[in-house]
Amino acid sequence: MVSRPRIAVLHAPGTNRDGEAAEALELSGAEPAVVLLTDLAAGRTTLDDFAGVLVPGGFSYGDALGAGSRLALEVGHALSAYAADGARPVLGICNGFQALVRAGLLGGGDDGAGGGPATPRVATLADNAGGRFECRWVTLAAEPNCTADWVGGIDHLVACPVAHGEGRIAVRSLADAADLAGRGLVALRYVNRDGSAAVGAYPANPNGSAADIAGLANPAGNVVGLMPHPEDHVRDSQDAFRGRYPGRLARTLFDRFVARARAH
Amino acid sequence: MRLVISGGGEPRAAAVKAAAGHAGFSLRGCRVARVYLLSADPGEAAVARLVDAVLADPVTESAAVDPPLEAGPGVVVVEVGPLPGVTDVEARELEAAAARLGIEGLRVATATRFELEGDGLDEVVAARLAASVLANATVERFAVGGLDVEVTEPTSVGVDVVDIVPVRDLDGPARGELSRSRLLSLDAAEMAAVAAWYRDEGRDPTDAELETLAQTWSEHCAHKTFKALIHLSHEAADGSVIDKVTVDGLLSTYLRAATEALWPPWLRSAFVDNAGILAFDQFTDVAIKVETHNHPSALEPFGGANTGVGGVVRDVIGVSARPVATLDVLCFGPQDLALDQVPQGVLHPRQVAGGVVAGIGDYGNKLGLPTVAGAVLADEGYLGNPLVFAGCIGLLPSGSHPTVPRVDDRVVVLGGRTGRDGIHGATFSSAELAVDTAAVAGTVVQIGDPITEKGVMELICEARDARLYTAITDCGAGGLSSAVGEMASTLGADVDLRDAPLKYPGLRPWEVWLSEAQERMVLAVPAEHLDALLALGERWGVEVTDLGRFTGDGRLVVRHGAVTLVDLPVDFLHDGVPRRELDAVWRTPPPAATTGRLGGAVAPTDALLTILGHPDVASKERIVRTFDHEVRAGTVVRPLCGPEADGPADGAVFVPLGGWPEGRALAVGLGINPRLGRVDPWAMAVGVVDEAVRNLVVVGADPDRIALLDNFCWGNPTFPDRLGALVRACQGCYDAAMAYKAPFVSGKDSLYNEFAGSPIPGTLLITALGVVPDAGLAPTADLQAPGGVLYLVGETGPHLAGSLHAELFGTPAGAQVPGLCHLKPLARYRALHRAIRAGLVRSAHDPSEGGLAVALAESVLAGRMGARIELPADAIDDTSWLFGETSGRMVVEVAPEDAPGFEAVMAGEAVTRLGVVVAEPSLEVARGDATLIDVGIDQLVAAWRDGSPW
Repeated sequence: MVSRPRIAVLHAPGTNRDGEAAEALELSGAEPAVVLLTDLAAGRTTLDDFAGVLVPGGFSYGDALGAGSRLALEVGHALSAYAADGARPVLGICNGFQALVRAGLLGGGDDGAGGGPATPRVATLADNAGGRFECRWVTLAAEPNCTADWVGGIDHLVACPVAHGEGRIAVRSLADAADLAGRGLVALRYVNRDGSAAVGAYPANPNGSAADIAGLANPAGNVVGLMPHPEDHVRDSQDAFRGRYPGRLARTLFDRFVARARAH
Repeated sequence: MRLVISGGGEPRAAAVKAAAGHAGFSLRGCRVARVYLLSADPGEAAVARLVDAVLADPVTESAAVDPPLEAGPGVVVVEVGPLPGVTDVEARELEAAAARLGIEGLRVATATRFELEGDGLDEVVAARLAASVLANATVERFAVGGLDVEVTEPTSVGVDVVDIVPVRDLDGPARGELSRSRLLSLDAAEMAAVAAWYRDEGRDPTDAELETLAQTWSEHCAHKTFKALIHLSHEAADGSVIDKVTVDGLLSTYLRAATEALWPPWLRSAFVDNAGILAFDQFTDVAIKVETHNHPSALEPFGGANTGVGGVVRDVIGVSARPVATLDVLCFGPQDLALDQVPQGVLHPRQVAGGVVAGIGDYGNKLGLPTVAGAVLADEGYLGNPLVFAGCIGLLPSGSHPTVPRVDDRVVVLGGRTGRDGIHGATFSSAELAVDTAAVAGTVVQIGDPITEKGVMELICEARDARLYTAITDCGAGGLSSAVGEMASTLGADVDLRDAPLKYPGLRPWEVWLSEAQERMVLAVPAEHLDALLALGERWGVEVTDLGRFTGDGRLVVRHGAVTLVDLPVDFLHDGVPRRELDAVWRTPPPAATTGRLGGAVAPTDALLTILGHPDVASKERIVRTFDHEVRAGTVVRPLCGPEADGPADGAVFVPLGGWPEGRALAVGLGINPRLGRVDPWAMAVGVVDEAVRNLVVVGADPDRIALLDNFCWGNPTFPDRLGALVRACQGCYDAAMAYKAPFVSGKDSLYNEFAGSPIPGTLLITALGVVPDAGLAPTADLQAPGGVLYLVGETGPHLAGSLHAELFGTPAGAQVPGLCHLKPLARYRALHRAIRAGLVRSAHDPSEGGLAVALAESVLAGRMGARIELPADAIDDTSWLFGETSGRMVVEVAPEDAPGFEAVMAGEAVTRLGVVVAEPSLEVARGDATLIDVGIDQLVAAWRDGSPW
């Protein structure tokens, strides 16, 4: 019998997609536990009890100081320490992705822990180009050369919704975007429904993200974040297109995340 | 100290420029920055920590400490910040973040800085721009040149002062003046009853008692009009009296009467609690409530709608249910209204719509509740008084909602802190809006704090499952006075407000008691469970405070330390309000032909394209997409459908997290039609019940398991004509509920919706909640495959009166309003349901505004597939066939091989074969030799989606 790795689904005040993230993990063979930050602070549990961490979507602390900023302040250090072994997987979705970027775990920076020079991050998440919250289904393609092979190896298109107001990948220059891709730090891109490049065009690229980037990985390949919500398309019955574009379940991402957690 | 964070505000700046343009200002340049005003200088290193950790993003933003207020030549600076006392979550979070970084005791105020450039833009113009576009004076202040305020604690004055208000010896006019000046909204008879009671007691009321009575007796809380004795005179068009009847309460004669007559086994609770409750299956109950937040939304659209969502979600939490979905129905003035047509004291309808939509999205999205259904309408009648309906649906384990507090249970308040927010909301909602309402009622609108409510939601679910409380209610209008007052309405209670957690010091005791600060619940908690509840509070980050106990002596006693501010018997408080007696007149309108707003009749294709672009019909996609309708991963039939996900849906179908066994699902449908109500409120009522029910039937809901909610928004009911129309609408509700065997489970009335002496069009929203036995079979409105056979289920009559076509192109002589008389809708809906359950239906759509032609066009554009239609040659004229609004009809697509089976299942019902689905991208409608409509899909999409005013 295959073991069910325990995965922590972090919950801060305002987190709200913890339930469906836990459900997706469970379907993919994990034993998820919703872990409140107050439980961590009070020492009732610790991240080291878990084989992987998922930082789910929502509006942590109301995102009052910029999406994910306060959450990054609360758990950034703990997550950096958790991921420092380069092995245990951490997945940030939407607000969780924003927090991982704000905390510096994602975004192309390097804390120098690997021996090289420390460099600041080059990507961030900014207001959608349309200036408003946007909820719509998008099509994603994994980047084969991604450092995180558990995402880069997804060999089919993925369909799932985005639902965010601050999801635009912003970089100082397009060279920075090319550099991210060159270093294998791009995990997923928005594409047209037929799989062709969105080349920045709305609505396939729903928020104006540079180079159609939807998700990022860290250099070690164990931390991945993405703005869309794969946890909302893990069963066929959830498909907004009701089977018109078959074979695009996002559950694959969770299957591979759980396999990664099981392997370490 | 000022910290200014710049960069990264381009989308916001673009939105400001667009809004300024709509308001008649031309901006060449706009930069937006965030300003934080700190109460003290925490030192350079601390500021750097704060900036790096939470304030400025290193890729897109930079921070400046105490930069110059001015911004260079040609640039005018405007800064906008919340008024003192208005909820400022950003400031609170920064204070908390600072403390987390070891910077203690820092107080923060926030502002937004706009650096504006434009031809002719001087400080005077900038101030006008700020007042009309950038700031809302109800909750915000602004300064041209920079907002330089001291961040200080509000001072403490009069915190334990209780005033005595002389009432006993006032004469009638003086009592009326007292009611007006204190915003009590009590009429002469009610003020007289108050005075008489205090004369018998031999004393005068305290300020808090008077306010408590006003809240408890308000229209909002006591539904005086719906319980009033009404003398209705029914008159013919010439004014002669047909008959006179006495209605012994609208609620008990019509709405509750239908429910009591029908009471199906799956109905758990109707009308008695914060929300209606019905059984979903043997394990789970469903709670549903729809509320309105009209007057606050007129003054401060964002905050009004924001707290409207928060309020209705709390209603559902208040029956121990876990909220799982929300809905919103919005009625605004015309979006293209010329600026000089906007009356004084009124915001432009575009601003109202923008603020309301943003406010709903902010609250619902942050709570993580999908907005699954809604409607948006525009009508000149809503110009001064927009309508904002917000609904919430929740789930609870069967029978898990406790409702009976016991003697010695503790009175516990939990959730947000109490401030001077929203004092007088209940009485304000029971008054008419006037030009100066914004100034008088400055404190009545608030900004919500959804994150606190989210914590409350989680805590209550756990507390319910652990059976930690014996009764629960939310703090809505009237605040603690209403929540504690209601919960103590039999036992009585003794509470001390001294320990109530406050946002800031300085509140008078009556203000604490009456404050409508959001995100609070009141629970009755057995003393032995208090510690367990406090532990849940710690875990979920929710403040839990013990205020007192339920006494059993039948008195409501409220103290503030040593001072007693309320001491009233609960029977006087709850039963002392005199019953109203009102006169009503309903005069049958003459069956007159009318001319249309756009003149006379036009070619059907042109009429179709015009109607598709009408605000009530046109695409709401740009609004819908700002609401998360996917969160909780259970929305099955979404607000948008089809291969491009841009077609209109009828009912919404959804399941909770993880789904239910056997694919069962909930469905919600809506009906609203003020246009028909202008012609006949009875026809409107039966029509919108039918529309809401049909919304459900076409998505596969069981027609024998539908519950209804009524929400009336009406004018001042003390005018007999307004009240007469209301009576007639209530009669329609009764007739329709009985015809469909669908009970009302909850309702709410919002009256006094008038601006400057004119009422809104009497508006009835019907919400229908149903159960879909197999969500996998739920049809959607988009055409599915070429070759499909299109049927019309239901007869078509000459029903152009009150239709959208009539409004635009005139009402022909002999036109009728749709009704119930010639229909047997329930049998028909049962037959269609059998066909859906048998898998015989590919797509289904219910014609509503714009009739059959619009329904066909919507299915065509949603599915990006054409249709060839041949209308039958009967006695009904072409226009009625195409655009008449006969109720009870559905357009159904059936696979050709299933057509015989479908016809067999529908045997005995009026079913007309209309035509076929084709791959060619156009809609053609013919009758005999005549082609009535021939239009390409691209034209339909252009009219309906690209031409939408929303």
